Amino acid sequence: MAHAAEHAIEETTTGLNHRKMLMWVFLGSDCMFFAALVATYMVYRGQSLTGPYPIDIIDVPITTISTFVLLCSSFAMVQALSATNRDDQRGIRIWLLATAILGAIFIGFQIYEFNHFKNAGLTLGTNLFGATFFTLTGFHGAHVTVGIIWLLGMLVVAMKGRLGPASSLDVELVGLYWHFVDIVWIIIFTLLYLIAGFDTGPAALPGG
Amino acid sequence: MVSITGVIARPTSYSGLWGWITTVDHKRIGVLYGVTAFIMFLIAGLEAGAIRAQLAQPDNTLIGPGTFNRLFTMHATAMVFMVIMPLSASFFNFVVPLAIGARDVAFPRLNAFSYWVFLFGTLLMHASVLVGQVPDAGWFSYANLTSTTYSPNDGLDFWALGLLVLGVSSVAAALNFMVTIINMRCPGMTMMRMPVFIWMTLITSILLVLAFPVITVGLVELVLDRNFGTHFFDTSGGGDPILWQHLFWVFGHPEVYILILPPMGVVSEILPTFSRKPLFGYPVVVFSGIVIGFMSWAVWSHHMFTTGMGPTALTVFTITTMLIAVPTGVKIFNWIGTMWGGSIDLKTPMLFAIGFISLFIIGGLSGVSHAVAPSDFQQQDTYYIVAHIHYVLFGGSIFGIFAGIYYWFPKMTGRMLGEGMGKANFWFTFAGMNITFFPMHFVGMNGMPRRIYTYGEEFGWGWLNSLSSLGYVVLFIGMLLFVINLIQSLRNGRPSGHDPWDAPTLEWSISSPPPVYNFAEIPRVEGRDPYWTTKRRAEAAGQPVAGPEAPVDVSTIHMPSPSYWPAFAAVGVVLIAAGLLTHYGLSLVGGLIALLGTIGWSNEPATAPQSHH
Repeated sequence: MAHAAEHAIEETTTGLNHRKMLMWVFLGSDCMFFAALVATYMVYRGQSLTGPYPIDIIDVPITTISTFVLLCSSFAMVQALSATNRDDQRGIRIWLLATAILGAIFIGFQIYEFNHFKNAGLTLGTNLFGATFFTLTGFHGAHVTVGIIWLLGMLVVAMKGRLGPASSLDVELVGLYWHFVDIVWIIIFTLLYLIAGFDTGPAALPGG
Repeated sequence: MVSITGVIARPTSYSGLWGWITTVDHKRIGVLYGVTAFIMFLIAGLEAGAIRAQLAQPDNTLIGPGTFNRLFTMHATAMVFMVIMPLSASFFNFVVPLAIGARDVAFPRLNAFSYWVFLFGTLLMHASVLVGQVPDAGWFSYANLTSTTYSPNDGLDFWALGLLVLGVSSVAAALNFMVTIINMRCPGMTMMRMPVFIWMTLITSILLVLAFPVITVGLVELVLDRNFGTHFFDTSGGGDPILWQHLFWVFGHPEVYILILPPMGVVSEILPTFSRKPLFGYPVVVFSGIVIGFMSWAVWSHHMFTTGMGPTALTVFTITTMLIAVPTGVKIFNWIGTMWGGSIDLKTPMLFAIGFISLFIIGGLSGVSHAVAPSDFQQQDTYYIVAHIHYVLFGGSIFGIFAGIYYWFPKMTGRMLGEGMGKANFWFTFAGMNITFFPMHFVGMNGMPRRIYTYGEEFGWGWLNSLSSLGYVVLFIGMLLFVINLIQSLRNGRPSGHDPWDAPTLEWSISSPPPVYNFAEIPRVEGRDPYWTTKRRAEAAGQPVAGPEAPVDVSTIHMPSPSYWPAFAAVGVVLIAAGLLTHYGLSLVGGLIALLGTIGWSNEPATAPQSHH
């Protein structure tokens, strides 16, 4: 607790907390990471030599549900921060747990999807679609998993009654990360499912 | 979780080996970076010696082709990632907090973590030597040479995983320095009053933070291709080897500026000090640095002119590449303008700084010559390129770094490096550098390709190559003089006092070596070159500044406490990578160690309650 109070009075040149600035810059770095993965996917779109192609196995309705679940988790995250600022101990625990559970449900959907794709004959090595799809969504899933572990860690702290307005920043940081991962998913969902999800073989694309 | 933190008592001592392992003091971490990188510099330098020995004569059989490939791969990889970058990081660590009037970096433990990850990543890549599976595909490891078909042993996995680990270190350090510079400046130190070295550190950090994720993706795809059956860079599966080149150079070109901007900053500190006048056109130097930072993202394809990108791309990248020479030229004119009319004192740091400018001009001009695509078609993959990169990286970066070592060594140790030995060191290095690399322009234009282990006598490259190898011997003597100078100075060097150069920046206002807390009282500054202002005012008042800031009792100052968690978490990170090479179980163990380290770290306050306040 002592160090949380310390952070509150820490003087900085810009007035912005060090850790908050670190998180923003890190997210900028992470943007470039996902940008490179998305670029690889888009460059290789329609370049697979063998199937299965996206049209064969991408299931937009099911992923729409998991996307909705992930979006709801962002709402829960906002509630958790709000409860922290109000010092609503019960609210903090409920909403942190809700965020983690919704994230876990999303991961559950992803495991189901990966497994389903594997059974349908799509693995990392099958074709470029498999390689780029699993790499991009896999790294996103890993980010969500890290977020869940972080949230559960915060939950342990909350159960001890150690979260409150003084530690608002601790909750805000996990929130920043969580919302970022969520936004990345919106981009992935739009590109990989809504736009490229109906791609057939290589010939179907202009110039492909 | 509190119990986890309490398993081993938190270190409180600053002494001994344990003191170094658990240190979070930016000055000590700077020394650790410097020593480690200098050892790597000597190793990679000896590798270069073996290369020059093999190439000294035509049809030489001293070293076989396989060993030759491994030598030039490890030489270049080490020089870029384990020598120049960490030597710059050494200056970032030591100088940045001192020059902005701060007591430490924003995240002292993250800083220690960066160093340990760097050290372990270096060891991981060099473990390849122990198991006899050394990377051998060049420092940019072009696909499809890196596929398991052409590189069947684990060398490229060591290379890719080693670089991934080093990337973690670089990004963590860069995040830290960005926050430190933006957020920890002392009162009055506005952005446009910061020393140029601090500006260049900031721009370099931004480039690192944005560029490393791109190579990370490339390396991950390489690891997947080699170990998990994907075809990212494999044409048989529809992949494209050129994608690797794009990912590599989108990172690689900002990386070039990551290597040169910090030495440019160092030189921008040294030239005013030894010309006894402020930097000429400070805002222009800063803004040209920012422009270089932006434009470094728009020139990467000039490394790929011969890949058949089409006339539009060739034209665009030719133009952008020629344009980026403009801000660099602006800087050079500013440096010359700084010296113009100054009372120049040719001490060793100044010699190296002037050497930097002159050699970097040659390297820059040969760079512009292959900015032109048709001209580059002739030069691509010849020794002309080798000459160019050594003029910018040895003549540029290394000379700038040596200038910085001679300049800041008194501040780091409280002792002067020998001036006579320093001058000898400079002239041997300067002569050796030119004898080694200047002939490479000619053999390159005469068609000698890079990365060949030998050549026939009939090509007529023999005597120029012998000259280059002779140059290496001169260079070697130069470096030997430096090492002797270093040892002599550490043993019984002349005490330097706190301000041996009458320098303008804040780090010279405190004792040498600086106390743990840096500044007893956080300084306030009113303009650029604050310590010059202080000294000139005191002189005008008839009471010149005689000594450094008076020391105070360290227990009255709130400093971050040592911690073993950074080194612990770093072990976890490198085990994750090592596990991918050996057994996935090891990766799991590494992951658990990293997790445990993170938990211990986040449960531990930055300053231990039982330590001094």
